Amino acid sequence: MMPEISLNVLDVAENSTRAQATVVAISVKADTAADILTVVIEDNGCGMTKEQVESVTDPFFTTRKTRRVGLGVPFFKLAAELSGGSFKIESEPGKGTTVTAVFGLSNVDRMPLGDMPSTIHTLVTMHEDTDFVYTFSVDDRSFELDTAQMREILGDVSFAVPEISAYIRDYLIENEKEVLNGITI
Amino acid sequence: MKSLEELKAIRERMQNQLGVRDEESKQTRVVVGMATCGIAAGARPVLNRFAELVQERKLDDVMVTQTGCIGICRFEPVVEVYEPDGSKTTYVHMTPEKAEEVVTRHLAGGTPVKDYVIPSTITD
Repeated sequence: MMPEISLNVLDVAENSTRAQATVVAISVKADTAADILTVVIEDNGCGMTKEQVESVTDPFFTTRKTRRVGLGVPFFKLAAELSGGSFKIESEPGKGTTVTAVFGLSNVDRMPLGDMPSTIHTLVTMHEDTDFVYTFSVDDRSFELDTAQMREILGDVSFAVPEISAYIRDYLIENEKEVLNGITI
Repeated sequence: MKSLEELKAIRERMQNQLGVRDEESKQTRVVVGMATCGIAAGARPVLNRFAELVQERKLDDVMVTQTGCIGICRFEPVVEVYEPDGSKTTYVHMTPEKAEEVVTRHLAGGTPVKDYVIPSTITD
């Protein structure tokens, strides 16, 4: 198991980039009134067949050749279900895949959200050919990071340039802190 | 809220001081395994530390990148360093602290840190 939800997000979003997605949308939404935390990872990658979708939550299914197990999706599903939540994958070949994990927000068995800024920073700086749209919200407060907008400003300047990389990190950390407004998820 | 205005300002400041990157063939590549096994074992902070330090110390001929499962999951986090001459060093059970030592002694200093490489007697 992963120690925090943000690591599941990193792991499962890596699948999207490997599926040749050009846009990956990640949203983390805490709703305190409904007492749920919803994480959605949506991509426009190669998608999966109905059979693949059915077997992807099976730890002994993988398309990889290095090992005969694939634990990324099963870990994410287990983490959601352990907290009284739910898990769903919708996919269509050629269209893309949407993974939705719902967690019980105040459930004692829910693992902490963890370091989302690091997860998004890693995804964004390591996959410059992919655009990411990240939304983080708590009730009616939210912020968004859209790499397409950033690229428009930057032109051909890489996200790996130290000043830019530091800006992206600060942007994620500061805006998350403001949206959290003192609460811990 | 931090806004995109700030990014515009950074871009304008940088306009004239963009260096040309070294050709890829002359670069040393630091490759961090970031599949489920690596991530669960703590690869994210290792990758971030390498990227930070390489930027901080302006090691322009070093590129930090990531890959999937290298196939030796029980040694994760695994980091491979590929030299421009094709030689490879495989570091195992990495931590952000060990990453710092590898940057100082290997990437900047030129000598691999033997203590952290994969034990040669073990085959997987």
